[in-house]
Amino acid sequence: MEGIILAIVLVLIVVGTTIITFVGPWGLPELASNWGSIDSMIIVTTIVTMIAFIAVNAVMAYFIYRYRHRDGRRAVYLVNDHRLEKILIIVTSIGIVFLLAPGLFVYSSFIQPPADALKLEVVSQQWAWAYRYPGADGKLGRSNIRFIDAKNSLGVDLKDPAGQDDVAISAGGTLHLPVNKPVELELRAKDVLHSFYVPQFRVKMDTVPGGITRLWFTPNKAGTFEVLCAELCGIGHYKMKSSVIVESEEEFQKWLKQQPTVSQTLGTK
Amino acid sequence: MNLPAHTPTHPRMEEASHGNSRGPGGPDGWNSNSDHGGDHDQPRLATAKAGLWLFLVTATVVFSMLLSAYVERKTGTDWSILPRLGILWLNTGFLVLSSAAMEWARRLARRGDLQGTRFWWLLGGAFAVLFLLGQLLAWQALYIAGYGLSSNPSSSFFYLLTTLHGLHLLAGLIAWGWATVSIVRLPETALAKSGIKIELCALFWHFLLLVWLAIFGFIWFVS
Amino acid sequence: MQEHAAGLPETHGHEETHQHEPTGFWTKYIFSQDHKVIAMQYTITALLVGVVGMVFSWLMRLQLAFPGQLSLIQPDNYLQFMTQHGMIMVIYLLTAFLLGGFGNYLIPLMIGARDMAFPFLNMMSYWTYFVSVILLFAAFIVPGGPSGGGWTIYPPQSILPGASPGSEWGIRLLLMSLAVFVASGTMGGLNYVTTVLQLRAKGMTLMYLPLSVWGIFVASVLALLAFPALFVGGVMLLLDSLAGTSFFIPLVNQFGRQLGHEGGNPILFQHLFWYFGHPEVYIVILPAMGVVSDIIANFSRKPIFGYKAMVISILAIGGLSFLVWAHHMFVSGMNPYFAFWFAIATLAVAIPSAVKTYNWMLTLWGGNLWFTTPMLYAIGFVSTFVAGGLTGLYLGNTAVDVPLTDTYFVVAHFHLVMGVSAILGIFAGIYYWFPKAIGRMYNETLGKLHFWVTFVGTYAIFFPMYWLGAAGMPRRYYTNEAVTQLPPSSHELNIFITIAALTVGAAQLVFAFNLVWSIFKGKKAEGNPWKATSLEWQTPQTPPVHGNWGPTEPVVYRWAYDYSVPGASQDFTPQNVAGGPAQKAKASGKTKH
Repeated sequence: MEGIILAIVLVLIVVGTTIITFVGPWGLPELASNWGSIDSMIIVTTIVTMIAFIAVNAVMAYFIYRYRHRDGRRAVYLVNDHRLEKILIIVTSIGIVFLLAPGLFVYSSFIQPPADALKLEVVSQQWAWAYRYPGADGKLGRSNIRFIDAKNSLGVDLKDPAGQDDVAISAGGTLHLPVNKPVELELRAKDVLHSFYVPQFRVKMDTVPGGITRLWFTPNKAGTFEVLCAELCGIGHYKMKSSVIVESEEEFQKWLKQQPTVSQTLGTK
Repeated sequence: MNLPAHTPTHPRMEEASHGNSRGPGGPDGWNSNSDHGGDHDQPRLATAKAGLWLFLVTATVVFSMLLSAYVERKTGTDWSILPRLGILWLNTGFLVLSSAAMEWARRLARRGDLQGTRFWWLLGGAFAVLFLLGQLLAWQALYIAGYGLSSNPSSSFFYLLTTLHGLHLLAGLIAWGWATVSIVRLPETALAKSGIKIELCALFWHFLLLVWLAIFGFIWFVS
Repeated sequence: MQEHAAGLPETHGHEETHQHEPTGFWTKYIFSQDHKVIAMQYTITALLVGVVGMVFSWLMRLQLAFPGQLSLIQPDNYLQFMTQHGMIMVIYLLTAFLLGGFGNYLIPLMIGARDMAFPFLNMMSYWTYFVSVILLFAAFIVPGGPSGGGWTIYPPQSILPGASPGSEWGIRLLLMSLAVFVASGTMGGLNYVTTVLQLRAKGMTLMYLPLSVWGIFVASVLALLAFPALFVGGVMLLLDSLAGTSFFIPLVNQFGRQLGHEGGNPILFQHLFWYFGHPEVYIVILPAMGVVSDIIANFSRKPIFGYKAMVISILAIGGLSFLVWAHHMFVSGMNPYFAFWFAIATLAVAIPSAVKTYNWMLTLWGGNLWFTTPMLYAIGFVSTFVAGGLTGLYLGNTAVDVPLTDTYFVVAHFHLVMGVSAILGIFAGIYYWFPKAIGRMYNETLGKLHFWVTFVGTYAIFFPMYWLGAAGMPRRYYTNEAVTQLPPSSHELNIFITIAALTVGAAQLVFAFNLVWSIFKGKKAEGNPWKATSLEWQTPQTPPVHGNWGPTEPVVYRWAYDYSVPGASQDFTPQNVAGGPAQKAKASGKTKH
């Protein structure tokens, strides 16, 4: 009796989870960047793993039903079947290579930002995000934790001329990005580990104190999205949020020009 | 049953080692030691040695992890080079002598030379104590030179590595002291009883010498 | 001892084996060196600690379902519950239970030994574990409470004052507790490995060992090789916290204040941690796999399918576990080119894991399946292991990992594949060996009730977390109220998960009641109620007494899977039964009927 119930339960679990996975209201948020290739990988992986999940449970359910104990039954003495084992290993390996190989190609483009990308800096701290744009010269000035003080909250090196025209958006501000232009983020952290995560862009990268990490993407939908922190960073982790506004190039430039430069803010010029 | 000649230190240990697959138990070669018919200590020694070897593997991982971390951390810009302490060469000499004396004691014990075993065994321990005292002097010299535990990662690593190594040696010395009691008191005929302890101590000493040479090599040459 | 016992008939052996048994209460039950008593001590302690870990998970679930309505749960203690839950479950429950509990009980009995190789060390191992548990809970009474740094205790966050709760004495006590646990695990591991290598009964070759022993054996080897990394990382982190060194902490500016550290590398800690952490999850799952293999074979009344492949898979999973650690660090900021290797090695683990799954299924094929409680749990294990393991194909594949990591997708993955599965394996094992260890039967009806709620409930708890993770619900958030891209219905889903979690929690009361009641009132068990082949069921007494085997130690003639051997009168042939047609059938190996 338990055998029949267990078989039914396994089938019900598989059917239920499969249906909700494909038609349920919870899934990837709408894509807003160039990383459609990641989405395709997720979809392909979902199909392959779902087939395996259904197959394993369904076959098990069938065996459970078919070979449940009945009086007079005796099990067969089957020790091994090398041919079957080989076939299964080969099929599994092919499936894995089929999933992994394209994934590695996507990843190799993920870590190679295009040369024309707009470079800007993200500075994380407990529990807020700050940003810095390169200004007219297109170059971010050097910075160091040592130089941080009440006014110079990002620690911009004031001796570096490249930093003078940078535009710093202090912690709590909003990130603005031009649509359809590749962006390369240089991520820094002032205190502990954080992680820059925008679900709609499908990207995520830890920020590490003492070093710089990098991340690139091309936002391709105008709109406002949420920046989340994805690496546990203390009590305020859950509310360490910011917004990113993706807008047209003109709107972006107009906004950028309204922002004070580092030298204006700090009165160094 | 093939009862060992000696009185077991622990009855259950005895039962257990009896179960040791003498004969057909080990066609896979793991138990090849058990074929040495004459020597009753063989299964016990094999078991104890297996345990110690496994521990040495674990300790090796500990020190390799630390040394990998050392190499990684050394790339930091704040790394400063420690003063070269000549006393470390002296200490290395002590440890080499200690290990050699232990080895000699082990060989003499196998030959049944109780007097010789006692002499070299005690000498081995004495050199190990000298090594530890020398390490303390090295600490002092480093501290006077302005390098405390947290002054620089290079000194942090130095203190951490020497402490962990020293603690292993200290634990070894405790085992050595415990074994010394029976070795000094033993009548000549029962040298075999302490054979296991001498074998294990010698092995542990050689291991700690190797670990020290690795640590010393990194501190001296890889900085 | 054997000398004067040898002449007596076996039934009188009972008296004799008691000869060296300690008789005082303290040496018999508290500071015992008997592997069975130590196994019980480990089992009871780990289960009690596990109850605490489970209560923490309820508190977290209550907060996630009803954010803002429970004044008891604030962001700081939420993180503390989370950290303690993870630590307790992975280390102090699963590792301690599977190695210290099952390992201690099963290894000597299954290999035909009288005890462990180093009984004194074995006793020390338990008491050291006990001290580590005390240290773990001591963190609750220090200022700041226990650490809230997550079970991964990543610096700088875990030790910077003010960054997270318990970042001073909380984390220090936790690190000390872990170091002590490593000492305990090393003592235990040395014992288990040496015992398997040296003390096998006459005739018990390595390829005759039951898979439970193989799983525990390889897990113990992994423990010996992996724990040192945790020890090293823990000691360095402790020094950073206590002595102001800068192993892991760079120059930081926290809340506008520059701290005294300089030049440290936080990612170095992550490498050390995961060099331990990944083998650690296999330390937990391999013994469970072994236990499940034996139970499925027994209740299918069939040999395990592809025994050799099963052994090779265990070895392969164990070996690969040291080559994949950085797949936990794809977005950590390590050199991004490392990821190619770690992705390939990680997906390679899927092959031996799949082989094991196929072999469990093929063991069912053509069997004569008895659905006892342990068998239900074993099948449940296979199902949840697959449900969790398959998503390893997402998370090991770097590009796919990027959007999903640090979301509830990961939470679902590791809970199903190594949390729930290991627990189901533990339940399977507890019910299976209960009659041998206690000498009484558990209540089958209550056992099955416990199974149905637990099994269906765990799917209800963890499978929806995949969906929430894909939707972008981040891990370790006190509340998701302000995460705007989550569909509103995900809040209802969170309530659903919480209800499922509380229901499963309540089902554990049935389990506890069943255990306690059956220990005292259960039906008397026979020596071999499951008609099993392996040696632990062939002891002269049930429960086995001190010394296990009476006057004569068992001699092994065959592997542990001679079920339904053609021509045999019974459908099982114990390992210590000599000769006969069964052995021929085995000798010809690949016989298919």
